[in-house]
Amino acid sequence: MSIEIRNITKRFGNFVALDNVSLDIPTGELVALLGPSGCGKTTLLRIIAGMEGVDEGQILFAGEPTTHVHTRERKVGFVFQHYALFRHMSVFENVAFGLRVKPRNERPGEAQIRKRVMDMLKLVQLDWLAERYPSQLSGGQRQRIALARALAVEPKVLLLDEPFGALDTQVRKELRRWLRRLHDEMHIASVFVTHDQEEALEVADRVVVMNKGHVEQVGTPDEVYTAPASPFVYRFLGNVNVFHTRLRGAWAEVDRAENTETAASRSDTLAFVRPHDIEILRNAADHALSGRVLHIQAIGPLVRVEVEHQHEIFEIELTRERHAELAIASGDTVWLRPRNVRVFQGNSLLDDQTFDLGGGI
Amino acid sequence: MSSSVHARVSGESLAVRYTLTALALAFMFLFLGLPLLAVFAEAFRQGLGPYWTALVEPDTRHAIMLTVLIAVVVLPFNIFFGLAAAWAVARFEFRGKSLLLTFIDLPFAVSPVVAGLLFILIFGRNGWLGPWLQAHDIKIIFAMPGMIIATLFITLPYIARELIPLMQSQGKDEEEAAVSLGATGLQMLWRVTLPNIKWGLLYGVILANARAMGEFGAVSVVSGHIRGETNTLPLHVEILYNEYNSVGAFAAASVLALLALVTLVAKTVVEWRMNKETAMLDAALPMESTSA
Repeated sequence: MSIEIRNITKRFGNFVALDNVSLDIPTGELVALLGPSGCGKTTLLRIIAGMEGVDEGQILFAGEPTTHVHTRERKVGFVFQHYALFRHMSVFENVAFGLRVKPRNERPGEAQIRKRVMDMLKLVQLDWLAERYPSQLSGGQRQRIALARALAVEPKVLLLDEPFGALDTQVRKELRRWLRRLHDEMHIASVFVTHDQEEALEVADRVVVMNKGHVEQVGTPDEVYTAPASPFVYRFLGNVNVFHTRLRGAWAEVDRAENTETAASRSDTLAFVRPHDIEILRNAADHALSGRVLHIQAIGPLVRVEVEHQHEIFEIELTRERHAELAIASGDTVWLRPRNVRVFQGNSLLDDQTFDLGGGI
Repeated sequence: MSSSVHARVSGESLAVRYTLTALALAFMFLFLGLPLLAVFAEAFRQGLGPYWTALVEPDTRHAIMLTVLIAVVVLPFNIFFGLAAAWAVARFEFRGKSLLLTFIDLPFAVSPVVAGLLFILIFGRNGWLGPWLQAHDIKIIFAMPGMIIATLFITLPYIARELIPLMQSQGKDEEEAAVSLGATGLQMLWRVTLPNIKWGLLYGVILANARAMGEFGAVSVVSGHIRGETNTLPLHVEILYNEYNSVGAFAAASVLALLALVTLVAKTVVEWRMNKETAMLDAALPMESTSA
């Protein structure tokens, strides 16, 4: 079932949690709401679930106005960050809960409930834990039971609030992959909230980057990473180098050493380059910036090089092979050439900008 | 082992520790144990026969019945109010929340006698509602309704006070989960909220009950001390004692003392269960076993 969010505004007292947010989530898509804490992502999720009201705007499920429909009637599966399993019920009863509270005429018989619950537990591969209590489970097991419980009532929409936030890295990785598979089998719209960019990029079909109650960008993981729509998205998704630039017609001039007269005007246009989008050259070249190597560190498959230019430090990531080829060491002078640069004036992206890099240390 | 280490660290010798413990125990025996023993000793001084006669004496029997009746009427009100208040405070943000919390504590702060006088001022013959009540032939003061109202006032905070921190610490996640799974408000209350707070609720009920049955001051003011009609057990003890009916007074007192002991045992059991469940819930997570 598709979800449409139209011009939603939500205030808590004087604090504006969501400011005129609109979003479309088609059926079958796995969407990540990504942003720093306090950006309104959890509020948006709770509004979709009906656990929070809205001050302005509308929500439509499958085209039907749903803004004033009670949580109970929305048929959403909600998975909480801290699982929210019923502590006094066994795993079996937790998963059976949604079936047992159905109105008498819809409620399945005991045998059907039993079958459905065991099917769900098999789906999350925890049928051997049916008689245990939540307190006897590990975090990862609890989260999988919480998912089984939410899915048992065949929701049209699955909502997950920081589902893996409280788990350690190894378990988190496994559960992510597993959520992806589960979502693909279910054919429902799923929305999950996360502050972990890696998680969003790895699992989601589409990523909604939020900041201070606004949607900054909606796009595929590749789009939001390689073509960020705002400086915030650039900074939030991965490492980035920022160059102060000055506009000269269609040229963005980056930090020429001899041009220091108008320092104030420098800061309103910024050029963003990912660390792996910068090439290191041993010899002077056109459109390259010279700098001194400060520090070299191998991190896993990559080598991170810190280069100082005009008292600013840039991070460059090289493959191990390229690093070996270059054979650079701390103190060497090198030339930097960005492959992929995007220039922003304030918050807006400037198209058709070419770069003029140059200048010495 | 750990306690001896602790003693060395804090620098107290064994003798000091034993002396302090002995002092505390002696003090407790003198002020708590001895009076309790004295009550039973006095009650049984002339043997089992006179004790029993004193207990089944009609006025005493009526006092016991009245005390139980008041408690039985008051407790459901308290449970309802306690649940509603705790729910409101723990689950919602609203204007006047701290005012509500302060009002819940009012009965703790006000002297019971003052509370009793307060109700006389409202419902008494010369009180605000007095003329109207008289015109409609409704008796509140010097009758059971007044005693119930006074007891209700005195015992109001116990259950709410017990539940508020408990419900706050448990959060509303489980309740929201229940609703998202399709539960109605009532189903959520029966299947999720109440099972989670049952021990806290029971604990509050035990305390409120003990207070309701033992209340003297407020009830004394509004009761009018009509024997066989508006005398609760504590009031009856006083009357008998003032009439130099020592065995009767202490026999009635022994019933109250017995009640206190039962309350203590029940309270201990409930506390023990509560701690056990909390400990179970807080137990360290077992290691994540790779999925089967």
